[in-house]
Formats: sequence, C-alpha cells, structure tokens
Amino acid sequence: MSLANRLALESPLITAYCVEATEFPDLVSRHRVTGVPKTVAISAGGDVRAEVLGAVPEADFVRQIVQAVTGGDADRA
Amino acid sequence: MSQSSQSDAQAVATLLASLPNPVKLVFFTQSIGCEMCLPARQVLDEIVALGRSLTLEELNLVLDKERAAAYGVDRAPAIALETDRDTRIRFLGAPLGYEAASLVDAIRLASHGDSELSAESRALLARVTEPVRLYVFTTPT
Repeated sequence: MSLANRLALESPLITAYCVEATEFPDLVSRHRVTGVPKTVAISAGGDVRAEVLGAVPEADFVRQIVQAVTGGDADRA
Repeated sequence: MSQSSQSDAQAVATLLASLPNPVKLVFFTQSIGCEMCLPARQVLDEIVALGRSLTLEELNLVLDKERAAAYGVDRAPAIALETDRDTRIRFLGAPLGYEAASLVDAIRLASHGDSELSAESRALLARVTEPVRLYVFTTPT
C-alpha cells in the first residue's frame, strides 16, 4: 500500500485508495480480486488501465502504472 | 493500540509523537448500514491520541455529500489524509490489524510531505497528464 501512497504524494493527478477487501465485496467482484495485494489503476472515465498483482519493486510498479496511463511513454524513459 | 504488541505500540507512539507537520484524518461515517464505522472510529481515536500533530474530523457520508464527492469518497468507513493540502491518500474500510500499520505509515509519509521515491520514479510520474485512481486491495491480516 505504501507505494501507491507515495505515488499519490508525488503526482497531483494520482489518488490512492487502500481498500479493505473483506468489507467491500462489490469492489472485489467488480475488479476480480482473487488475491492481495492487487492494485487497479482506473482512469477518470472509469476505464481500468492497469492491474498489478502482488508486491512488486518500486521501479516495476511505477513503470507499469505510468506505461498504462500514458500509452507506453514509460518505455522511452 | 489494542491489537498490537506492547513494543509495537511503543514504536507507533514514538513515531506519531514526533511528526514534523500536522495531519488531519478526515473520517467519513454513516449512521445506518455501516457496522465497521464504529470500530474504525475507535482505532482513529487511539491513533490521534498518540500524536499532538494529529486531528480528526468526522463527516457523514450522506449529510456531507459535497465534501465526500470532493474527496472522491462514496462509501464508509473511509479516511482521507490532509496536511496543508489534500494528500490524495484514502483508506476505505476500518484500519484494523495490518491496515492500522499501513495507516500509520501513510500518516508518517503525509507529515513529512515527501514521497521518498527515486529520482527515476519521480521523472516517470511527471509524465502522467490525466487523473488516475489507484485501488489497492488488501486484507486486515
């Protein structure tokens, strides 16, 4: 969870929600959560842009999220 | 904290007592149909009592719907962290067990105001040009 929070602190366009899965089965069902942690990146229009399963290193996590929301721009970093 | 060992509780108390900047916990509750709202409030009361820089504001999800919408919160219990600005850090659900530790860490981060990310990560994130919500699903244990 800490990584998502760090992204929110860093970017004024990112909001991080730590979701307690057992309390919100509707969100679990909607995003097909079968294991935790699972991170789902959602656009302002409600589109799922990325799903990250498990705990991954910072560099991989940031790259996956940025690549998904910028259409591959992260590859040119 | 009631669910932590004594040494863990002492470590949390030390951390929260030495926060460099104020943090406000904006807590969204609702009167009906929220069995976890009371446990969430109890945990928040315990946390806020440990830090002079911590304050708690309780809002009603239904009555304060404009504030809830401004924070992007549509369910309860929920917590938003504010410093001199909105940190855009939210917790959905009662912060019990592991989630309490996550909340304490988020408070620490918010108070310091630094993402602590690498220069490479910061450069990548600067390329984000549209709003994104990150839902991180976890469990209390």
